[in-house]
Amino acid sequence: MTAMRLASGGSAIDRARPVTFSFDGRTVSGFAGDTIASALLANDVAVVARSFKYHRPRGIWGAGVEEPNALVDVSGSVAVTPNTRATTEPAVEGMAARSVNAQPNAASDRNAFIDRFARFIPAAFYYKTFMWPDWHLFEPRIRAVAGLGAVDRDWQSPGPADQLNRHCDLLVVGAGPAGLAAARLAATAGQSVMLVDDQPAPGGSLRHRASEIDGKPASLWIDETVAAIAQHGGLVLSSTTAFGIYDHNLVGLNQRHGDGRPDTLWRVRPRRIVLAAGAIERPLPFANNDLPGIMSADAALSYLRRHAVLVGKRVVVATNNDSAYEVAGALAGAGADVTLIDMRKDALPRLPGGVRLVAGRLIASARGKMRVEGVTLDDGTLLDADCVAVSGGWTPTIHLFCQARGKLAWSEQRAAFLPGDPVEGIAVAGAAATGIVPLSEAFESAASAVAADANEATPRSTGAEATGGVMAAWPIPGAKGRVWIDYQNDVTAKDVELAARENFISVEHLKRYTTLGMATDQGKTSNLAGLALMGAVTGRTVPEVGTTTYRPPFTPVPLASFVGVRTGELMSPVRRLPIENAHRQQGAVFQEYGGWLRPAHYGADADRAIQDEARRARQSVALFDGSTLGKIEVMGPKAAEFVDFIYYNTMSTLKPGRCRYGFMLSENGVVFDDGILVRLGVNRFVVSCSSSHVASVHARLEEWRQDRFGRDAVYIHNATAEMATLTVSGPNSRTLLSALDLGLSLDDAELPHMAIGEGRFEQDPVRVARVSFTGDRSYEVSIRADRAERLWARMHEAGKALDAVTIGLEALMILRAEKGYIVIGKDTDGTTMPHDLGVEGPRSKRAGEYVGRRSLFTDVAVSGSRQQLVGLAVAPGEQALATGAHGITREGGRIKSQGFVTSSYFSPTLDRPIALGLIERGASRHGETIDIQHLGMLRRATITAPCAFDASGARLNA
Amino acid sequence: MQLFHCPFCGQRDETEFHFGGEAGNIRPDGADVTSERWASYLYLRDNPKGAVREVWVHMTCGEFFVMARDSVSHHVASTTSLDCAEHAQ
Repeated sequence: MTAMRLASGGSAIDRARPVTFSFDGRTVSGFAGDTIASALLANDVAVVARSFKYHRPRGIWGAGVEEPNALVDVSGSVAVTPNTRATTEPAVEGMAARSVNAQPNAASDRNAFIDRFARFIPAAFYYKTFMWPDWHLFEPRIRAVAGLGAVDRDWQSPGPADQLNRHCDLLVVGAGPAGLAAARLAATAGQSVMLVDDQPAPGGSLRHRASEIDGKPASLWIDETVAAIAQHGGLVLSSTTAFGIYDHNLVGLNQRHGDGRPDTLWRVRPRRIVLAAGAIERPLPFANNDLPGIMSADAALSYLRRHAVLVGKRVVVATNNDSAYEVAGALAGAGADVTLIDMRKDALPRLPGGVRLVAGRLIASARGKMRVEGVTLDDGTLLDADCVAVSGGWTPTIHLFCQARGKLAWSEQRAAFLPGDPVEGIAVAGAAATGIVPLSEAFESAASAVAADANEATPRSTGAEATGGVMAAWPIPGAKGRVWIDYQNDVTAKDVELAARENFISVEHLKRYTTLGMATDQGKTSNLAGLALMGAVTGRTVPEVGTTTYRPPFTPVPLASFVGVRTGELMSPVRRLPIENAHRQQGAVFQEYGGWLRPAHYGADADRAIQDEARRARQSVALFDGSTLGKIEVMGPKAAEFVDFIYYNTMSTLKPGRCRYGFMLSENGVVFDDGILVRLGVNRFVVSCSSSHVASVHARLEEWRQDRFGRDAVYIHNATAEMATLTVSGPNSRTLLSALDLGLSLDDAELPHMAIGEGRFEQDPVRVARVSFTGDRSYEVSIRADRAERLWARMHEAGKALDAVTIGLEALMILRAEKGYIVIGKDTDGTTMPHDLGVEGPRSKRAGEYVGRRSLFTDVAVSGSRQQLVGLAVAPGEQALATGAHGITREGGRIKSQGFVTSSYFSPTLDRPIALGLIERGASRHGETIDIQHLGMLRRATITAPCAFDASGARLNA
Repeated sequence: MQLFHCPFCGQRDETEFHFGGEAGNIRPDGADVTSERWASYLYLRDNPKGAVREVWVHMTCGEFFVMARDSVSHHVASTTSLDCAEHAQ
C-alpha cells in the first residue's frame, strides 16, 4: 500500500490547522479533523496493530465504530485511554498513540513468531492443553502474550462525568439521510426531537457518498436539515453514541467532547424511538484477507472524500454488491489504477469511467507479508495491488432493536438479518431497516417511521441513485488457506469448521468455543459470516443457526460515565454531626460508624486516649455527642397499640414522661434493634433506635403503619436530623447539669432513672432523658440541632471545675461493655433471639400480638443448644481476647465451634480485659472455663455474667 | 431501568422504588398459628412467571402500594394505593 494525502479536497479536515502526534514513537502529521487512522493512512503507515492471538500484522480496516484491527492506547495530557479505535479517535496535537499487543511496536513485534505455529493452536487449544493440573497455573503467562491494550494503573480521573436526564417525544439514533429526514419531519410537526449520531458531524453516508437531495448537494441539505430541526426546538448531538436500550425504552447515550472534558452520560426517556443507525460493511472471505492494505471499500471512499487520503495507487476493488462501484469510480478519479472484481456476472450497475471490470470472479487469496502485494483470482489470474478495497455486503445495525427484544427476520435477497415484528415505541428506518437501498427508499422508510405520510415535506433524491443489488458471499467450507472471519479475535473459517466437527454447532457454543464475536468490536464485521459458514457446514440455513444475544454497550463506554459523581467521598456520603466543627477544634479523630462520621477519640494517640477517656468517665463526669441516636416520633390515636405491636416488650403500660428499654424483632424472631422508647404523652412516643438503624427502623415502622394500622391511626416522623443529643454521664453529671440552669428539677424524686423532663436552655426548649448507656448516672439532653454547639460549649465550661472529660465512641464502647450492654449486630447475629440475651419475660408472659412472636416458639427457638450472651474473663495479667475468636470443643478429635467473642476490650477501671460473647448454653454455664481459639492460638476463658462492673446498678443513682 | 407509576407521585424510575413482597401474603396472628402456616407466611413465595401482584414502596414519598405487572415483559398493568381497611383485619 502506498497511501497518500491528496493536494486538495477532504471535507472533514482543516488544512490550516496542522496536527502532529506520535504513533509507536514515530512522528505522524495530519490536520485538524483527521482521525488517528486517517492520519496514519496519509503517512502510509500500513501495520497499526498486532492481532490478539497470533500477533499477525494488521492494518486499518474501517473508518468507524466497527473497526476490528486498529486499536491503540492513547496518552493525552492526563491519562492513557486503552483500546480506543484509531478510526474514531480524533488526532490531537501532541498525543501519543501506541499499538496494542505488540512489543516493542506493531511494525516489528517480537511475538510475531507465534503465527508460524498457528496450525498447532486452533480454537480452544489452550483450554484443551492446559487443563492439568490447573488452567489457572498457566493463565497468567498466556494472557501476557495474548491481549489488547494495557490499563494505566496511575490513571487519574479528570473529574466527574456529567450525567443528564432528558425526556422527548422522539429520539432518532443516527443522523444519516433517514435519521435526518425522520427528525426533521417530526420536529416540524411539533414534536420535541433529539437526534444523535456517533460521528463528529451529522450526515452519515451523505458525508462521503455523492448524492443530490431536493435539487441540492447533500452537504447543503444536511446543513439546512440540522438548522430546521434546531429551529423547531430539536437537539442534535454529534459524537454521541446510543450504546444501549433498556427497560421501558430508556436509552443510554455517551457523548464525547473534543476539549478534554470527561464524557457525558445521557439517560433519555423518549416516547418513541427511530433507529436509523445505518449498516456496516462486511469483509469478503478469501485466504489472507487480513493483510494490512485490505480494507472496507466504503472506508476507502470515506478516507478519500472526508480526509483527502488516497488509500493506494494500484487498487483492487472486490465486491458482491452495487455499493463498491462508486468507490471504484472515485478512486480512479483520484488517480489510482483501479480493477473492480465483481463476483456477479449480470445485472451489474453502470461501470464508472477509468475502471477495469472483471465480472463473475472472486478473489481466492491475497499475497504479501507486512502489507498486501496482490491477489489471485479464482481462475488463477494474478493481479498486483497495493490496496484491496472489499465490500462483502452490508449488515444492518440493529443492535438497539435487538436489545429492545426485537426479533429479526432473515432476508435472502439482502443477505442480512432485518428487523422483524415491530417493537412497541420503536421504528427502524433507512439502511438499518432494509440494508443498503436507494436513497429515495431510505427517505420513504423515514417518513413511515415517524408515521408521516410521504408528502412534499419528505426529501427526494434528485441525483443519480446507487441501487442495492447484492449476492451472498459467505465463506465456503473447506476453502484453502487461512480465511479470517473475526479479525479481532483471530477466528478463521477453519476454527468454525473445527467447532462444527466437535459438535459445538449451537450458535452460543460456536461463540464460546471459537470466541467468534467476543472481542471488543462484538463481531460487528464478522458474526454473520461465521453464522453462514456454520450453517453451510451443518446443512442449515442462517436463520436456523440463529444469532447470539445483542447486549449493551454497542461500543465501549468509559466506566467514568456510569460512575458520574458517585465516586470517592460521594460514593456513599457519610452523615455528619451538627457540631462536627466543635469536635474538630477539640482534636477529635473521626471515623465512620454505621454511615455516621463520629469522633472515635480525642487526641492523636488512639490507645492512650481511649483508655484515658474510659477511665476518667467513671471518675467524675463525661461529655458525649449522641446526636446520631434515632429520634422517630410515633403519634396518633393508635400510637400505643402500634408500639405494643412493634416492640417485643409491652410498651402501652409506660406512663407519659417515662422511658423503657426494649427490643424490636424481625418477623423471624431475631433481634433487629434495641433502644429506649420515650412516652411524651398519651398518644406520642419517641423511638430512640440505634444510630445505624434509623433508616431501616423508620422504614419498618412505616411498613407496619400502612399495612396494619392505617394512615389516620398513626403518624410517624423521623426527627433524627432535627435534634442534637448531648450526653452527660458520670457520678458528677447532675452537678454539671445543675450549673446549666435548664429550668427543670434534677431531683431524683422528680427526675428518676428512666424518666424525662422538659426544660429550657437559654431561649430553646430541651428534653432531658435520664437514661444510661454507661451504667453511670446519665442525662441525654436533646436540643434543636442548630443550637447544639452553644450548649456543648456551656457544658464544657461547667465541666472544667469537675475535671469533665469528652469521650469518643471507642471509650463509650468500653463503658457499655463493662456493663454488659449490647450493640445489636455486634453482640448479636442473624440468629439471636431476645431470650438468648436473657430477656425472657415478654416471650413467656405477653398475651398480645407483636412482630416476630410466633417465631419465638419454633423448634429452633426453643432448642436447648442456643448461643447465649455471656461475659468472658481471662486469667490475671493476660491480654484481651481477640474479637471473633471462637469458643471450641473437641468431639471425637474434631474441633467444633460453640460460639464466639463479640466484643473485647481492656477495661481501665477494672484494670483487666473484659469480653462479651455468644456461647452455646452460655447462660447456664457461668463459672465454666472453655477453650478459645484464634488464628491457631489457643487460650482459656471463664464464662461469666455479661455485666462485669457494678452488677447491682448502684451507680445509676450514685 | 424500568418505569413504575407511584399512585401518589406518578411515573418514576425504578431506582426510587423498593420491593416490598408478594401482595396478599396476609400475616397470620396468634400464638396457635401452625408452624407450617407461619413458615409459609415467612418464607414461601410463588415467584410466578408472567402476571404478578406485588407490594412496592416508593422510597422518596414513603408510600406502599400494590403493583400488578408482568415479570417477563416488565409491563406494568396497574398500581393502586394500599387499602388499609383491607389489610387491617
